[in-house]
Amino acid sequence: MATKIVMEALSPTMEEGRLVEWKKNEGDPVAVGDVLAEVETDKAVMELVARAAGTLIKRLVEDGAIVAVASPVGWIGEAGEAAPGDSAAAPATRAQAVARAAEPTATSVPDGPTESQGEASTAPPGGPAPASQTAYVDRAPRGESQPIPEAAPASAGDDTARVKASPVARRMAADKGVDIASVAGTGPEGRIVKRDIEGASSTPAGMAAAPTGAPIGTAFTDIPLSQMRKAIAKRLVQSIGPIPTYYLTAEVDMERAAEARDVLIAQDEKGKFSFNDVVIRAAAAALRQHAWVNAWWMDDRVRQWQDIHIGVAVAVEDGLITPIVRHADRKTLRAIGAEVRDLASRARDKRLNPGEYTGATFTISNLGMFGIDEFTAVINPPEAAILAVGRIEPKPVVINGEVVVRRRMRLTLSCDHRVIDGATGAAFLKTLVGMLENPLALVW
Amino acid sequence: MATSSFDVLVLGGGPAGYPAAIRATQLGLTAAVIERDRLGGVCVNIGCIPTKALLHSAAMANAIRKDAKELGIETGEVKTDYGVAMKRSRRVSEQNSKGVEFLMKKNKVTVIKGTGILTSKNTIAVGSDTYTATRGIVIATGSRTKGIPPVGLTVNGTSVITSDEALFLEAAPKTLAVVGAGAVGSEFADIFNAFGTEVTLIEAMPRVLPVEDAESSDVIAKAFTKRGITVLAGVTVLKADVKDNGVTLHLEVGGKTQTIAAEKVLMAAGRAVNTEAIGLEKVGVKLTDRGFIQIDTATLQTSVPGIYAIGDVAGAPMLAHKGTREGMHVAEVIAGHHPKAIDYTNVPSVTYCHPEVASVGLTEEQVKERGYDYQVGRFPFSANGRARATNETDGFVKIIRDKRYGEILGAHIVGGHASGMIHELILARTNEYTVEEVDLAIHAHPTLSEAIAEAALDSLGRAVHI
Repeated sequence: MATKIVMEALSPTMEEGRLVEWKKNEGDPVAVGDVLAEVETDKAVMELVARAAGTLIKRLVEDGAIVAVASPVGWIGEAGEAAPGDSAAAPATRAQAVARAAEPTATSVPDGPTESQGEASTAPPGGPAPASQTAYVDRAPRGESQPIPEAAPASAGDDTARVKASPVARRMAADKGVDIASVAGTGPEGRIVKRDIEGASSTPAGMAAAPTGAPIGTAFTDIPLSQMRKAIAKRLVQSIGPIPTYYLTAEVDMERAAEARDVLIAQDEKGKFSFNDVVIRAAAAALRQHAWVNAWWMDDRVRQWQDIHIGVAVAVEDGLITPIVRHADRKTLRAIGAEVRDLASRARDKRLNPGEYTGATFTISNLGMFGIDEFTAVINPPEAAILAVGRIEPKPVVINGEVVVRRRMRLTLSCDHRVIDGATGAAFLKTLVGMLENPLALVW
Repeated sequence: MATSSFDVLVLGGGPAGYPAAIRATQLGLTAAVIERDRLGGVCVNIGCIPTKALLHSAAMANAIRKDAKELGIETGEVKTDYGVAMKRSRRVSEQNSKGVEFLMKKNKVTVIKGTGILTSKNTIAVGSDTYTATRGIVIATGSRTKGIPPVGLTVNGTSVITSDEALFLEAAPKTLAVVGAGAVGSEFADIFNAFGTEVTLIEAMPRVLPVEDAESSDVIAKAFTKRGITVLAGVTVLKADVKDNGVTLHLEVGGKTQTIAAEKVLMAAGRAVNTEAIGLEKVGVKLTDRGFIQIDTATLQTSVPGIYAIGDVAGAPMLAHKGTREGMHVAEVIAGHHPKAIDYTNVPSVTYCHPEVASVGLTEEQVKERGYDYQVGRFPFSANGRARATNETDGFVKIIRDKRYGEILGAHIVGGHASGMIHELILARTNEYTVEEVDLAIHAHPTLSEAIAEAALDSLGRAVHI
C-alpha cells in the first residue's frame, strides 16, 4: 500500500510552500523521519520528512514547484510498486490551480489508499483559515447556553482552508484566545483536540508546536478586566482604532553603559555584544518589575506573562522578522549577544523554526544603525508594547551646571493604552532608563 | 527440545493477548500465542461470555414472569432449571473459543499449548521447548478469582465458591450470599435470583456498583430489592463459619452485628493478577505497589526493554475491552508504528444485570471533587415512548456537562439496553463532541436512544419531552 506525501503546514501561517529541492530520488529507500525535500515556507526553509517507510516510488512535482498545503507531492510505497492514480494524481500547484479554474471538467485529486489512516498518515491539511478563524477569535466568551458557532469551519468546502478540530478544542481555543489555525493537532489525521489547546494555552498564541523550538515559558497570570479597564478600552478604541497606542519618549545617557561595554569587550574579544544587546538585557530586567508591560491584550482579559521573551526586529531582504530571545532576563549580555547574532543570521537565510519567531512577550526595534534619532514602532499584537531604539550620538548636556559632551540615546515606548496606562508606561521607562544609565543595576 | 523464533511472543491467549497476535501478523510480523488452557481466556470461557448467556436466561425468565400475562401470552407456571441454562452457556463459550482458534489459523498465528515461563528478556520456555522473540514479548497472563482468607472465606469449591465454580453448577443453590456487589457480584445475584435462589448481596462500600454513579447504584438497589434480592451495603464481613454444606457469615452493618446463613457464598470481591511463576523476577520486570506489572502507558513497555504487558496484569480497569485495545496498541508499537496513545479516561464500564448499567467518563461525585462547574442532564426511560411500549421503563440517561466548554464529562445509562446505547456517548467523548453535537445528530423515533438526545438537551436546560 502506498502512502501519499503531502505538502505539510510547516509554519503556523503557511498556505503553500515551494519545494526547493528533492533530497531523495525515485527508487530511493526511505525510513520514517528521513528528509524527503527542502521546502520554503513564508518564513523559512524547512524539511519535509517521511511519515512512512518504504521506497520513494513517485515524485509528483519538480524542484521549485509551489504547492498548496495538504496537496500531494509524491508517494512512498514498496519498491517496484506503481504510484496510485499515477498520471491523474496531479498536485494542486499554483499554475495548475489556474488551469483548473479555466477547465471545469478537470478531475479532482484522487485520494490514494493509505493503510490504517491513523498511523501511516499524511500531514494535517490544516492550513490557516482566515475567515473561519476570525469567527472564533472575535467571539465573546461563551455564555451558558449559547449554541455552537454556526460558522463552523467544518462546513467549509475547501479542504485546505479547513481546520480540523474537535468541538471542545474549538471552544477552549476561543475561550483562551488561542488562534486555533496555528495549533498543531495531535489527534487522528492531525485533528486538533483538547490536549493541544491545553498545551497551547501555556504557550503564546500563534505558536505552533515547534519541532525544534526552544522551550516556551509556561506560566502567566490572566487578569480579568475591571469595569474601569473595560471602559478605558472601549472609549479608547472608539477614539483611535483597534489598538489605542500612545508614545513615551525618553533620552538616556549611555556614557556609563558604553564604558562598561568597552571594558567587557576588551577583556574578551570573542564575547562581543552590541548596545542593542544591552538594551535587550536592561529591558528584560525592567520588565521583571513591570508586569503590566510584559503582557498581552486578550480581548476579554490581560495576560501577564511570568517569563520574559523579547522579540528583536530583524530586517531581512524582503521584509522583517522578529526572532525571540527567550528568558532574556536570565541571560548574560554575552549569551544574548551570541544568540541575537545567530538568530539574525539565520533569519536572513530564512532558516528559523516557527518556534524561534513566535510568542514574544515584548518587542524591541532598533533603527540606530540607520542614523535614526528616534521613531515610533508599531505594536505587534497581542503584545502590549514595543520599544523603539534610536542611534547613540554625542550631545552637549548640562551636568552639575556644566556643559559636557555625553553619548545619548532616545527610546520611544509604544503602549497599548488598554493594557498600559500613561503612568504605568512612564514608570517602566523610568526603570529602564535608570538601568541603562547605571549598568551596575543589571548586576545587582 | 525444540527452539523456534518469532517476531512477537504473546504469553496468554485471552482478550488482550490474541488480538495483539492478530494485529502483529496484520502488520507483517510473525507471532505466537502461548496459552496453558483455552484460547479466549477468562472472558470467553469463564467470564464475560458465559455469564451473558446465563443473564439472558435470567432476563427471559423475569420478563415472562412479570409481563407475559399483560402482553397477552398464556404460560402457566414458569419453571427454571439452572443446569440446562448452564449447559447452554457452555456451548456458547465453546463456540467462541473455537472462533478464536479459527482466527488464529486465519491470521497465521502459531498457538503453543502449555505454560510459558520467561527465561531471559527475549526467551520463553514452554516445557522443554524454548521460544525466542526477536522484536518483543507481550505478557497477557490476566487475572483470577480470589477469596478473603483472613475472615475465613478461603475458596473451597463447595460452599465457598467463585464465578469459576458458579458457572458449572448443575443446579441453583437454595440460598446464596454474594460477597462483593461490583459488576460480577451484581450479575450473579441477578442470575441466581431469577433461578429461584434466595440471594443476599453484600458490599463493603456504602452502595452497590460502587464505581458507578450513585444514581445508577440507587436504581439497581431498588430493582434488586423489588425482585427479592436482599441488598446489604456498607457491610464488614467479620468472620465466616465455613462448613461443606453451608456458611454462616458474621457481618457488621451500620454498627450492628448480623448473621446470615447460606448454602453457598460466592466470592466476587476483586481479582488477583497472574504475575507469579512466569519468570518476571528472573528477568527483572518490576511490579507496582498494587501488584500490577509496571508499564509505560504510551508504549505499554515494562521496566525491561522489549517486554510489554497488557490487559489485567498491566493495571486497572480489569476489563476485556481495555485489554483488547492494549493488545492492538502494543502490536503497533512493536511493529515500529506510533499509535495514538490509549485514552484511559474513555474506557466504558458495563454491568449486564437487569436493568443494565453502562457508563463512560466521570461520576457526578468525581466531577464535584475535581471542581468542575457542571450541569447534569437527565432523562428517565419512563418518559420515553419506546421504553413504555416494551415495558422497560426502569432507569435513565444522565449526562454531566462541563458548563465552560460543553464537554461531556461523564455519561451514565441505566436501562434494559444500556450496554449498547452507551456507545453513542463514548463516540461523542472520544471525538470531544459537546452535548450540542449529540443533539444535532437526528435520533430516530421511537427509540430508546432518544433519551440520550433529551438528556443532552436537558443539560442545556431545554429538554423537550419532560
